[in-house]
Amino acid sequence: MISASIRYLLFFILALSGASYSASGSELTIEKADTKDSITYRSPYYEDNERCFKCHGQSKYEYTNENLGRQVKAMMFSEVIINRNKFYEANHKSFSCTDCHSEEYTKFPHAGELRMEQSYNCMDCHGGDEKFSKFNFETIESQYRNSTHFKLEAEGFTCWDCHNPHYYKINIRNNSNLKEAVLYDNNICLRCHSNYNQFQLLSEREEINILQKHEWLPNQESHFKNVRCIECHAEINDTILVSHLINPVEKAVKRCNECHSQNSLLMSSLYKFESKKQRKDGFFNGIILNQSYVIGANRNEYLNILSLLIFAVLVIIIGSHIYFRLTKK
Amino acid sequence: MYLYPVWIRLWHLFNALLIIVLIVTGISMQYTDKQDYVLVVGFARAVKWHNFAAILLTVNYIFFVTGNLLTANGKYYKLEKRNTWSDMWKQMRYYAWGMFKGEEHPFPITLERKFNPLQKLSYIIAMYVALPLVIISGLGLLFPEVTINRIFGVSGLILTDILHITMAFFLSVFLIIHIYTCTLGSKPTSLFRGMLSGYHESEEH
Repeated sequence: MISASIRYLLFFILALSGASYSASGSELTIEKADTKDSITYRSPYYEDNERCFKCHGQSKYEYTNENLGRQVKAMMFSEVIINRNKFYEANHKSFSCTDCHSEEYTKFPHAGELRMEQSYNCMDCHGGDEKFSKFNFETIESQYRNSTHFKLEAEGFTCWDCHNPHYYKINIRNNSNLKEAVLYDNNICLRCHSNYNQFQLLSEREEINILQKHEWLPNQESHFKNVRCIECHAEINDTILVSHLINPVEKAVKRCNECHSQNSLLMSSLYKFESKKQRKDGFFNGIILNQSYVIGANRNEYLNILSLLIFAVLVIIIGSHIYFRLTKK
Repeated sequence: MYLYPVWIRLWHLFNALLIIVLIVTGISMQYTDKQDYVLVVGFARAVKWHNFAAILLTVNYIFFVTGNLLTANGKYYKLEKRNTWSDMWKQMRYYAWGMFKGEEHPFPITLERKFNPLQKLSYIIAMYVALPLVIISGLGLLFPEVTINRIFGVSGLILTDILHITMAFFLSVFLIIHIYTCTLGSKPTSLFRGMLSGYHESEEH
């Protein structure tokens, strides 16, 4: 209530700010998001894949209906439309469509039973492979099996619900812009958690309003922009960069000082790898300052010492003054 | 001598209470750790109280400035160019030496001169430099989205925060000196009583 009144009282300041962040709708966006069209990658399977993209790369497709003896135009189901550009930017860009999908799909019309084909999961390719050992897929899998998401596996939850096989790309490991990385990661969660159409495929629960649920969080917008959902909702893990052990909501971090403190948990999560680099300007958890600022976590050691010295001098001066007042009466 | 009208005393009372709340909650936030309570207030409560007290302090400050503009009280906060340094030196010498030797106060309080030269300068700096800077930087922290993100490659928020805590630290030091010097009246409690009753008891510090 207090923060609401404060917000109204100084609303004009916000109005001047032109705040560029919005958390409404199903996805967070930054208005100045890069819309570059800089795909230089040329897949060895480009031509092969184009046979699929010819129909699945847009919302409309055409085919010759031999029974009718003419060309027919039809709408493509949104779930099976793949954005070419996003695919060729993603981790699996070097794949042929038929690496993962049945060769039978090269025939048109597609056989009906192909819809029932079993899709691969991450571990089918990445499990036990030395080439991918640095990603610790085995730990990721074991974390997932202990996470609250695993309970939904019977409902059809898979790795792909978070990591779209066509579009997923390594994010925080490679991204030097932390805010972009946070945005990308949080949109993974929001795909279901702020989109009830998607959410109801996996859960019987009623729609959850993320903004309302986090109303207790001061400076909500700033938190959503600067930290990932998993900072509070996942278990800290030392061996993998991004924890996959999503906790039940009751176990979510709610104590501010878990992050807002000298031994901030952000240093073991969001800034885990960055934290190995030290700064020498006296700021605790100084690496956070490269991208952000966290009250309570970023005190400056030198200013602390200086302030204590000034207080000590003050106490000595006042103490001496009191002494002389008492003795020189 | 009736020196402190009701509006000044009310402003001063609220200012004192709010500053104390802000210092305690500010230190609670700055020196927080994984334990729930640092000083007396947990982080979440400290944030809430600090924000609330800060808004009230801002309103109270506007009241103070308006009062000084509309009443004669403003004249006590105007620096006079002549003899500023030598007058301050005289006052300093009195505190450090003269008062122990039973010398007369170099600048006794009158209706025309409520503050001695040192008092005047420190009050002007506290009220017209440090407090406005604390308020402005505090608003920048309250609404981080309006704060400039990067200034010469450094986080705008950390610079705003350093300005905020440096000025707040200065005000905390000022508060301690202010309270101590207020014991230097004719009796240790007479200046405090004057601020409650409005009447200054003669032979001040």
